[in-house]
Amino acid sequence: MKIEEIKENDIEDFKSEEKERKVVVPGEIIISGDELPGEGTRKDGKDIIAQRFGLVDKNEKLVKVIPLSGVFIPRRGNVIIGKVEDISFNGWLTNINSAQSSFLPVSEVPRFIDKHHLDEFLDIGDFFSAKINGVKAKGIDLSLDSRGLGKLEGGIIISINPNKVPRVIGRNGSMIKLIKDSTNTRITVGQNGFIWIRGDNVEDELVAKKAINFVSEKSFVSGLTEKVEEFLNQEKEK
Amino acid sequence: MAYTKRFDGRKFDETRPITAKVGVVPNADGSAMFAFGNTIAIASVYGPRQLHPQHMQNPSTGILRVNYNMMSFSVSDRIRPGPSKRSTEISKISEWALNSAILLEEYPNTVVDVHIMIQQADASTRCAGINAASLALAHAGVPMKDLVASVSIGKMDKQLVIDVNKEEEDYKEGEGATDIAMSFMGAKKLTHIQLDGKISSKELKEATEMGKKACEKIIEIQKKALKEAMEIKND
Amino acid sequence: MIEDSKLTSKRIAEYLSNGKRFDGRKVDEFRDIEIDVNLSKKAEGGAKVKIGKTEVWVGVKMSVGEPYPDSLDQGNLMVTSELTPLSHSKYEYGPPKFPTIELGRLVDRGIRESGFIDLKKLCIVEGEKVWNIFIDIYSINDDGNLLDASFIGTVAALKSTKIPHYDEKEGKIDYEKKPKDNLPLTENVPMNFSIYKIGGGLVLDPIQEEESAAEGRLILAAIPDKPLKICSMQKSQTMDLDTDEFGKILDLVEQKYDSFTKEINKKIDEAIKKNK
Repeated sequence: MKIEEIKENDIEDFKSEEKERKVVVPGEIIISGDELPGEGTRKDGKDIIAQRFGLVDKNEKLVKVIPLSGVFIPRRGNVIIGKVEDISFNGWLTNINSAQSSFLPVSEVPRFIDKHHLDEFLDIGDFFSAKINGVKAKGIDLSLDSRGLGKLEGGIIISINPNKVPRVIGRNGSMIKLIKDSTNTRITVGQNGFIWIRGDNVEDELVAKKAINFVSEKSFVSGLTEKVEEFLNQEKEK
Repeated sequence: MAYTKRFDGRKFDETRPITAKVGVVPNADGSAMFAFGNTIAIASVYGPRQLHPQHMQNPSTGILRVNYNMMSFSVSDRIRPGPSKRSTEISKISEWALNSAILLEEYPNTVVDVHIMIQQADASTRCAGINAASLALAHAGVPMKDLVASVSIGKMDKQLVIDVNKEEEDYKEGEGATDIAMSFMGAKKLTHIQLDGKISSKELKEATEMGKKACEKIIEIQKKALKEAMEIKND
Repeated sequence: MIEDSKLTSKRIAEYLSNGKRFDGRKVDEFRDIEIDVNLSKKAEGGAKVKIGKTEVWVGVKMSVGEPYPDSLDQGNLMVTSELTPLSHSKYEYGPPKFPTIELGRLVDRGIRESGFIDLKKLCIVEGEKVWNIFIDIYSINDDGNLLDASFIGTVAALKSTKIPHYDEKEGKIDYEKKPKDNLPLTENVPMNFSIYKIGGGLVLDPIQEEESAAEGRLILAAIPDKPLKICSMQKSQTMDLDTDEFGKILDLVEQKYDSFTKEINKKIDEAIKKNK
C-alpha cells in the first residue's frame, strides 16, 4: 500500500524558480506604487513593506513575501506527520511541530478503538500521518479519516524546514517521485516538515534522507532537478 | 579638560568596527552574532512554540521572552554563572526594545524565546545583545514590522559620542561620562532608552538624533548579514 | 523532539548491529573536530571546540583567594558547566538540572585526578593565598557528545591560559597588564572518552539521534602512560554491561587513545600558535 501525500497549492510559488527572486528583510520597502499588500507585507502610503525575511513574489498586482524560515502554519486539509505525546480519555495529545497544541480525537479514527486501551492503537512516542481537520485558537484538530493515514511503522523520521516542503515535493510531486523511484522507498512528506521514509534496507532510506536534505538546503538554486538526479546517480554507484 | 580626542582615535560619530553574522547556532530557529569592536554578543531564537505552563499563555497573541546573560569570562573580574539583578533587568528592557517590532497576533498561546549571551564585554553589551536578537528573530522567520537596532551614545564631559567603550564609560573628567543606551525600530521609532549620568534636555535631544542616524547604519549592516546568509545557501 | 523518535532509534540500533552508522562513520570514528583558542580577551584562557555541529566554549578565569583547609599549599580548581537554552530547545532557563551538573563534575574529576594542572605551583603564600582557577563551560550547539567536546575544550583552554599579574603588596590582580607566564601544566594531558551503548553495540561520538537511541554510556578519562592510566570513570544511566562488554570498552580506549590524543593535541598546539 502506497501512502500518497497531498500536494499543497503553494507549488505555484515556485513557477519561476529560474527567475531571480529578491531577498527582503523586515522593514524593507519592496515596491512603491499601486500594488496590493499580500502575505508577509503591509502597505504604508504607496510603499509595500516586507514583514518577513524571505523572497518577494509578485503576481500582477499582488506582492507577497515567501518565508525562508519560520514555524509551520497549519491549514485545514494539510497532511502532517505527528508524534503522540500523551493520551487522554477521548484521544491523543500530539506534537506536530506547530506553534499551537494539537489533538487527535478517538472519533476521528475510522476503525474500532477500545476506549479503555487507546494506547493499543497509538502509544506515547508513536508517529502517525494525519490530516488537519480544523485550526482554532485553542488548538489544532486532527483526523485519520482519509485513505493512507495512520500509524507509521519502521523506517526513519527526519525533519526539514517546513517552508521547504513545496520544493521537496516539487511541481506535481515530481521531485519527491524522483527520489522515491531512485531509492525504491516509500516516503510521506508532512506539510509540517516531518518526513517518513521507509525502504527495504537502511542504505536506501539514508540516500533518500540525504537527497531530501540536499533539496531542502539548496531549495532556491536553479536547475535543482538535474542536480538531484546527478546526486542520486552518484549514490547509486557507491 | 575637554574631551577633544577619543581614546581609540575614532571620530565622535563613528561606531567601532561592526561584525554581524546569522546562523551561528544550527539547532536554533534563528541565530546571530553581533559585535561592536570588542563587545561580542550571540543570540538564538526558538519559536513561536507552545508555552507552558498554561496560565502564562495569552489567548490573543504570542509573547516574547528574552534572557540576557553574560558569560563568566566576558569580563576581567569573573561573573558567577547564573542570573543576577542586572541581567534580569537587561532581559526585560531588551524584551521591551524588541516587542514593538514583532507581530505575534497570528500565534496565540505561544512563546518566542530569545537567548542572548555576551561572549566578550567592552561596554554597550545590551546594545550588542539587542542587535543580535533582532537579527536572530528575523532569521527565525518571526514576522516583524521592522528590524530593531540599538546603540549607546555617550557624553564625555560635554562631548557627545557614538558607541561607548569601557574606557569611555569610566571617564571621570569634567562632567564625567553619561551613558545612554537606545534602540530604534526601523531607525524611526524609539523602543528603548536608558541613561546614567548628567545631561540636559537639549543635549539629550541631540543624542537621540545621533542615535537614530547610527541605527540607520546598523540596520543596513543587519540587512546585509541576513542577505549574505542566503548567498551561502545558493552555492 | 524529532531526535528521540522511537522509529529512528530502532533503525539506528538495527543498523549498528551490522557495525554501520547513519552518517557512514565507523563505530569508533569522531566527526570533524575544530579547535580555536580565541574566545575572550577578558579570559585568562579559553577555547571554542566544534565536533561536527556540536559546539562548546570553555573559558578560564583566575583570581587569588584562600586555600581549602585540606589543601593549604595548592591552588583551587572549580569547574562549572551550563547546558544553555541557547544551544538546544530542550534546555530550559532555570536552576541547573542534573545533566548540567553531571557534565561539570565529570570534567572536574577528569582534570583533577589526572594531575594535569600543577596545583602546588599555584600556591602564593602557603595557608593564606593561592590562585583560584575557574573553568566555565557553555554549550553553544548541542548535536550530541557535549562531554567530549567540553573536555577537549577544557584541555585547550588550560593550555592557552596565562597567569595574570598579581601584586602581592597591594593584594590586587592587574588584568590589564599583558601576562607572560603560562599555567603550570604537567605531562599528564588527560583525554576523555564517552562510550555509548546502542542496541548492544558500542559507539564513540554519537550525534543527537544516536544519543537519544542509546541505553547509556561509560565515561572515562585517561592520561598518557605506558600502560595507559585511567584516572576517572563513570557509568551513566540505567544500562547494564556484562564484563565482556566492559572489557571491550577498555580495549577500544587503549587502541584509540594514542592516535586520538596526538591528533587533538596537535590541533590545540596549532590553534595556540595561530592565536599568537
